[in-house]
Amino acid sequence: MFENMSLEMLQAYWWIIISLLGSLLVFLMFVQGGQTLICTLGKTETEKKLIINVLGRKWEFTFTTLVTFGGAFFASFPLFYSTSFGGAYWLWMAILFAFIIQAIAYEYRSKPNNFLGERIFDIFLFINGALGTFLIGVAVSTFYTGAPFIVNKISLSVLSDPSISRWMGNAHGLDALLNWKNLALGLAVFFLARVLAIQYIANSVEDEEILKRSKQQLYANAIPFLVFFLTWVISAFLLTRGYFVEPDTGRIRPLKGKYLINLLSMPPVLFLFIAGLVFVLLGIALPLLDHNKNSRKGIWYTGPGAILTVFALLCTAGLNDTAYYPSTTAPMSSLTIHNSSSSRYTLTVMSYVSLLIPFVAAYITYAWYSINRKKISSDEFNSGEHSY
Amino acid sequence: MNIDYSMIAWSRGQFALTAMYHWLFVPLTLGLSVLIAIMESVYVSTGNEEWKRITKFWMTLFGINFVIGIATGLILEFEFGTNWSNYSWFVGDIFGAPLAIEGIMAFFLESTFIAVMFFGWNKVGKKFHLVSSWLTALGANLSALWILVANAWMQAPVGMKFNPDSARNEMQDFWQVLFSPVAVNKFFHTVSSSYILAAVFVLGISSWFLLKKRERFLAKRSIFLASVFGLAATLATAFTGDGSAYQVTQKQPMKLAAMEGLYKGQTGSGLVAFGILNPSKKNGDVNDPFLVRFEFPRLLSFLGYRNPEAFVPGVDDIIKGGFRPEYSSIPAAEQSKTFSADEKIARGRVAITAFQTYKRLLSAGDTIKAREAEKTLMDNFAYFGYGYLNSPSDVIPNVPVTFYAFHIMVYIGLYFVVLFILILILSYNDQLEKKRWLLLTALWSIPLAYIGGQAGWIVAEIGRQPWAVQDMLPTLAAASKIDSFSVQLTFWLFALIFTILLIAEIKIMVKQVSIGPKNGGPHNV
Repeated sequence: MFENMSLEMLQAYWWIIISLLGSLLVFLMFVQGGQTLICTLGKTETEKKLIINVLGRKWEFTFTTLVTFGGAFFASFPLFYSTSFGGAYWLWMAILFAFIIQAIAYEYRSKPNNFLGERIFDIFLFINGALGTFLIGVAVSTFYTGAPFIVNKISLSVLSDPSISRWMGNAHGLDALLNWKNLALGLAVFFLARVLAIQYIANSVEDEEILKRSKQQLYANAIPFLVFFLTWVISAFLLTRGYFVEPDTGRIRPLKGKYLINLLSMPPVLFLFIAGLVFVLLGIALPLLDHNKNSRKGIWYTGPGAILTVFALLCTAGLNDTAYYPSTTAPMSSLTIHNSSSSRYTLTVMSYVSLLIPFVAAYITYAWYSINRKKISSDEFNSGEHSY
Repeated sequence: MNIDYSMIAWSRGQFALTAMYHWLFVPLTLGLSVLIAIMESVYVSTGNEEWKRITKFWMTLFGINFVIGIATGLILEFEFGTNWSNYSWFVGDIFGAPLAIEGIMAFFLESTFIAVMFFGWNKVGKKFHLVSSWLTALGANLSALWILVANAWMQAPVGMKFNPDSARNEMQDFWQVLFSPVAVNKFFHTVSSSYILAAVFVLGISSWFLLKKRERFLAKRSIFLASVFGLAATLATAFTGDGSAYQVTQKQPMKLAAMEGLYKGQTGSGLVAFGILNPSKKNGDVNDPFLVRFEFPRLLSFLGYRNPEAFVPGVDDIIKGGFRPEYSSIPAAEQSKTFSADEKIARGRVAITAFQTYKRLLSAGDTIKAREAEKTLMDNFAYFGYGYLNSPSDVIPNVPVTFYAFHIMVYIGLYFVVLFILILILSYNDQLEKKRWLLLTALWSIPLAYIGGQAGWIVAEIGRQPWAVQDMLPTLAAASKIDSFSVQLTFWLFALIFTILLIAEIKIMVKQVSIGPKNGGPHNV
């Protein structure tokens, strides 16, 4: 079945899968967002423990999605792995440091004799939540704002210096932090993760105090999210230049409004983008629209909305003859889904593997449902069950 | 600009640091997940609540260990890109696929069902819970499969072809990559050795309970199960170890020479049973490589070639060339007589220059001459990686480290065969509690299992230097272009964080063991 697809179709198929994994990752970072709200939503020790345990049952999914996102990116577009990870060294290293400390923090925080003490592990959770979301947002923004690198594959033949890709300057990725547009997306992702966390927690716990505080916190986070997100959408997405790949010559050149053109020339993507935004706004506005039974269900709108929006955004970055990782140093070095992808054979093999994804999604849903059927309350911790 | 050797060394150091820390946690995850699933199967089939207690106790220790394995694994995955950027492009078309499949096929399985395993006791049915425990074990072991397939491919690349247009190797046959004999042996050898480690871990801790006269039911049952499991794993490890060494002989003769401290090859070569290397030995000189040596005559030839009279080349032979190779992995041009390392370096440079010429001619539009250059490139591609080396001695790995690591690994493996048999017999006759010395020995054997696993990886990875990908890409041409200082800084940061995590892990683990399985599990005390 995939053997009959052209290389171009396979590349587009894999960009869509990468976009899907990326959008799921952004949604699942509600775990990280929640880790920055433990002391805001929870005041007593029991409340904090309740929040940590609500989030802690989902950290593996976020983590695994991140790992799979990395692996799938490596397998489908290895030149990105090579160029961005090796070049923006410090940006990615900072993200890695933010993630090493997450898993152990959950597992060790309440264990006796844990060396660092509960408070330090809770700080680890906060660092992971704040830095992880912010830096991933900054990194994703460079898909649109570009990065200073050169790729020259013939360098492989230079014995004294065989590096095929190199970063300009010595900042090695920290340069991304100097662009205010990248910071805007970083902050938007940070606040979005918090909004999603507030709604997820509200929907998962039985605790009046936490519910009350989550209502107060919702708008304190949703408004900055909207401000930063709209700033980024306008400045770095709709009204900015993208890098256009001329289909006949392969020449890559800047084009004003490229992403807007992409949205308009791919109506399904435009539809998903608008639908996503509407869902996000609906989820955020839900407590204003319905004061009673549905006010806790915001996550059912904001969650899918965030997935659709991010998915559509990532689609516009790579599809429709666009360079998804523009080089601000040498436009011809920019990465496109065509010049950075794996071979047709490998993409075909990987496409068969991708058929497992619906099956994986099905068992995750089933397992998630069987664990989450009952809302979590502090009674559970006294029953001798495993907890964090 | 010249190659920054300091940066290469630190990048290698950082990768080794991450991999070694990773391998402190992963083997226990692999083996203990299976042991726990077996324990729970006993619980579900007998309905005996004691077995539920046993399962939950070991599950707690499993969870403490599992999380660091995950954290270090993420770092390893990304370090291929951050530190080995040329590598990521040069072989990413083959290497990336197993990593992605690992994520999609294995990690989700593991992470989804581990949540059911830990939080589902009172939420899902007994059978679903048991299935979840088995699926967690399956997920963990499947992820080992894919990463070991990827590692095996670096040791003995198969199923690909260099494409000068894309300047990288491209996969031609996925099944050849997956079922390469090196991959098959490596997977079973590594996984079975992990089962030994988990068995020794369970054995050691249970022995401590017996020494303290606590938890006798749990300890005795766990010891019996662990020793049966451990003995089977030890035998499987020995069997696949033979298979792995055979593959090394056939595919990486230099690594074999280093493992055995063999400088001057000979027919009917013996296997070193015990040896102390001569520290002043250099390749090519006349010094005896050993100060002390006892060997099993002809055994190395027999194990490596299944022929007691076969010629096993040593370090000097491989450098000088000129012998008729009996190993299987040999380019067509060397079938009757091997090239010297000098000749290989020269041919590697021809290949690299031809690659450059091909690209230049093609962009100038001279396709006819470009095809000629392509032919020269492909004729010499088997030596491509040699072209980056400066001198013949660059192809020699660190012989003492490889030699001692290999022998330590083998001694530890043999020791465990004896230990498991002894424990099994005494445990079967219920005599174990009287043998305090043996219980103490079992307890203090836990570190040995870790040393054995680390030694195995040192053989595999130090022994294959200078190659990131055997004969195709040396580490010095595989690295990212970053400054040495950045890598040094991240190295020390990782070293600090990993060490802190390790200390926390050990402290928590020791405490949980001393608390013991109270009320169905020592969580949350």
